[in-house]
Amino acid sequence: MRHIMAKSLAPTDGIRDYMAAQEKKSLLRFLTCGSVDDGKSTLIGRLLSDTKQIFEDQLAALEKDSRKHGTTGDDIDFALLVDGLEAEREQGITIDVAYRFFATPKRKFIVADTPGHEQYTRNMATGASTADLAIVLIDARQGVLRQTRRHSIIASLLGIRHIVLAVNKIDLVGFDKAVFDQIVADYAEFAQNLGFVSVAPIPMSARFGDNVTSRSERTPWYSGPSLIEHLETVSVDEAAAELPFRFPVQYVNRPNLDFRGFAGTIASGTVAQGDEVVVAKSGKASRVKRIVAHGGDLKEAVAGQAITLVLDDEVEVSRGNLLVSPAARPQVADQFAANIVWFDEQALLPGRSYILRTETDQVSATVTELKYRVNVNDFAHEAAKSLDMNEVGVCNLSTRAPIAFDPFAENRTTGAFILIDRITNATVGAGMILHSLRRAENIHWQSLDVGKRGRSDLKNQRPAVFWFTGLSGSGKSTIANLFEKKLFASGRHTYILDGDNVRHGLNRDLGFTDADRVENIRRVAEVAKLMADAGLIVIVSFISPFAAERRVARELMAEGEFVEVFVDTPFEECARRDPKGLYARALSGEIKNFTGVDSPYEAPEHPEIHLETLGRSPEEMAEALEHWLTERDIAEEQYDNGGGI
Amino acid sequence: MNIALTHLQRLEAESIHIFREVAASFSKPVMLYSVGKDSSVLMHLAMKAFYPAKPPFPFLHVDTTWKFREMITFRDQMAQKLGFDLLVHVNEDGVRDGINPFDHGSNTHTHVMKTVGLRQALDKYGFDAAFGGARRDEEKSRAKERIFSFRNAQHSWDPKNQRPEMWKIFNTRIAPGESIRVFPLSNWTELDIWQYILQENIPIVPLYFAKERPVVERDGMLIMKDDDRMQLRPGETVESRLVRFRTLGCYPLTGAIESDADTLEAIVGEMLTARTSERQGRLIDRDEAGSMEKKKREGYF
Repeated sequence: MRHIMAKSLAPTDGIRDYMAAQEKKSLLRFLTCGSVDDGKSTLIGRLLSDTKQIFEDQLAALEKDSRKHGTTGDDIDFALLVDGLEAEREQGITIDVAYRFFATPKRKFIVADTPGHEQYTRNMATGASTADLAIVLIDARQGVLRQTRRHSIIASLLGIRHIVLAVNKIDLVGFDKAVFDQIVADYAEFAQNLGFVSVAPIPMSARFGDNVTSRSERTPWYSGPSLIEHLETVSVDEAAAELPFRFPVQYVNRPNLDFRGFAGTIASGTVAQGDEVVVAKSGKASRVKRIVAHGGDLKEAVAGQAITLVLDDEVEVSRGNLLVSPAARPQVADQFAANIVWFDEQALLPGRSYILRTETDQVSATVTELKYRVNVNDFAHEAAKSLDMNEVGVCNLSTRAPIAFDPFAENRTTGAFILIDRITNATVGAGMILHSLRRAENIHWQSLDVGKRGRSDLKNQRPAVFWFTGLSGSGKSTIANLFEKKLFASGRHTYILDGDNVRHGLNRDLGFTDADRVENIRRVAEVAKLMADAGLIVIVSFISPFAAERRVARELMAEGEFVEVFVDTPFEECARRDPKGLYARALSGEIKNFTGVDSPYEAPEHPEIHLETLGRSPEEMAEALEHWLTERDIAEEQYDNGGGI
Repeated sequence: MNIALTHLQRLEAESIHIFREVAASFSKPVMLYSVGKDSSVLMHLAMKAFYPAKPPFPFLHVDTTWKFREMITFRDQMAQKLGFDLLVHVNEDGVRDGINPFDHGSNTHTHVMKTVGLRQALDKYGFDAAFGGARRDEEKSRAKERIFSFRNAQHSWDPKNQRPEMWKIFNTRIAPGESIRVFPLSNWTELDIWQYILQENIPIVPLYFAKERPVVERDGMLIMKDDDRMQLRPGETVESRLVRFRTLGCYPLTGAIESDADTLEAIVGEMLTARTSERQGRLIDRDEAGSMEKKKREGYF
């Protein structure tokens, strides 16, 4: 009967002793990576099986699955144990990372089995980000491949310092020492600049178990440890406890007026009651009054613990800030350089705004400069205008507000961030901070006595930015021109920023690639912001095809100042009008990257003003715009005067 | 000071971090409370994460109306003792249609009373994040799931297109109507759970301890006759046996194991020699290959 379980064997005391012993075991988190079909999942299946982690019912299911989907003939296909998704079993590939758990008498392990396909590199990075060691598998018949290199570079960038070079399928090359030696030499040459502390090469057959849990008689020339022996003994201690104290504030716990605790997980170092700490962003100092934990206050706490700190006085601290050691402070900057691994199908574009998230902080960020892309084959630094999916590069970033951080090389927790797409909310990239940029330290805001309000009051108007977006030939310039004439006639101070005109001056260095379009809009938005600050009513007439950049422009302006005007003329009508003859040339292929033809236009979803131009005269639409502005100013005046009461 | 955290301390800290991250980033979180051992651990961790405050979210039990009676008693006792806000949701459409595991089979019953019931409750209250007690060692599609697992507005999981999850930096951004399922116990194993229950002395439903109980042998499983709704098939007889449960769900779908383990120590001891997985006792996982993944895509936890 399957439901009958062995009688409990151990007496009560034995269990407590056993638990105490278990608790002292260290934990090793590692991943398996490498190219497709190098045998990653098979190796994990073998490890689980040989360390007796597979239950009888799971084994029975595996045998059934192996007959249905297996790729190993009559033998059990261990890959099916970890390839847990339907699509993976059907296609015989690994798509996403699987986490498995096993233990030996010496150590506990969490292993991430990661996919080899280039397409799923982001899932490999996910598995690598929490690992301390990587097993890089190589098919002995194939040697070091492109994906072997890519995964090794990503592992290195993500801070992994220990590698096992598993030369797998050694049985298929007749257990030949020469083959093994050649691969080890090739890898050593490639990896010499990756900063690995240990690289342990092991000849292996995951399918048959050679050198996995015990040394194989079929490789008498190999004198090193088996894989398990090595994993049990390799030292990967990062000693986070010995680094300076870093406490990212995650959550402010305020159940009542008498208690204000800062909850978070200690990223590095230790803290004790009475210690002086500093708020990273403000530099304000305070002292630890209590370290609160369920079940009683602690005297001290160490990296990795999730605690709640109560400070001596009411200093201003909120989520996203760090409490740190006064003797060794982190950097606080809004401009820094970082390594970036890109995950998204839409390329990284310098100038585009993303959401940057550290462990607890969140801020708008743009890549100001893509310094170079790293060629994964030979480490060459290549000039690039964008980073495509799965590419790696070094960038300068600028954030809307300063963040507190350490270089990633010094602290894996406070030096890392992710980038999030503002519209899809997808996680599009991962970053490892290199250093802050000097100019961020040296440029400070100059405070000025004459303000925006004063400047606009003098002109007797409220500033506004009318942002006209629409296809080429939709009528933006015509309507903008008429609108400005009307405002001018009624005594308002205005300026038109026209796409074509600006490209003759300020933006003459920009072309029409996606990256250049993003930068084009960024510059114009900044200019419009300065003009609004001067108190002007600005009319921007730009195709501005991407929703992301229009959103950035909106966020630059003060509340209520940005007015998105969608000049909505169907593509067919624009192409028919073709006032500059551009559509004809674009449709014939003479002009590349033309909006609406071979470059996308993302229509606004919620514009303040939607002008459907078909059947309406430009004059009529300019009047509608003026009417809108008058209404807005009346509403604001009433608000300023206390709601018109 | 002793700077090496123990294994359970590390797991505990990771779970607490996850709880706090949700409380700080979402406007309306909820904890799914299924009354089992994993829920007991989850609740214990939630109390720790926000101490001295109470967890800043309610607990939701999706009641299929076929849970063991002792589970319901235990649930209500815990809510009273710990003072948390307990919401109970029953799919009334399923009750009206008389959906039950005997006539409709485990698949239909689970889908209607559990998956659809859960979706109804999440929509009704507009929760944007929901904690669940699932662990990666339970089942192979769960081994693939992120800690913060994105769900679209239809509550559906797309396993082939999960967000990368780097370090402990969680992407908590969602559009209106979308939600995130959060699994603070992702990296715990069944053995970790039991050792933690023992170490922290966490209350659990008495059904986990061995006792003489009325059971019927059916399809290779021991099913407990928990009330008179249990329909006996020809030839079946109810007999009293010394049994306990390794996992708890709807009583007609949950197999007991023969055991004399009546203390936590004895249960841990038994775990160490176990040769079958805990989901062995769950009928719903065996209906078809990949059945858990399919249920998850439909909105099951």
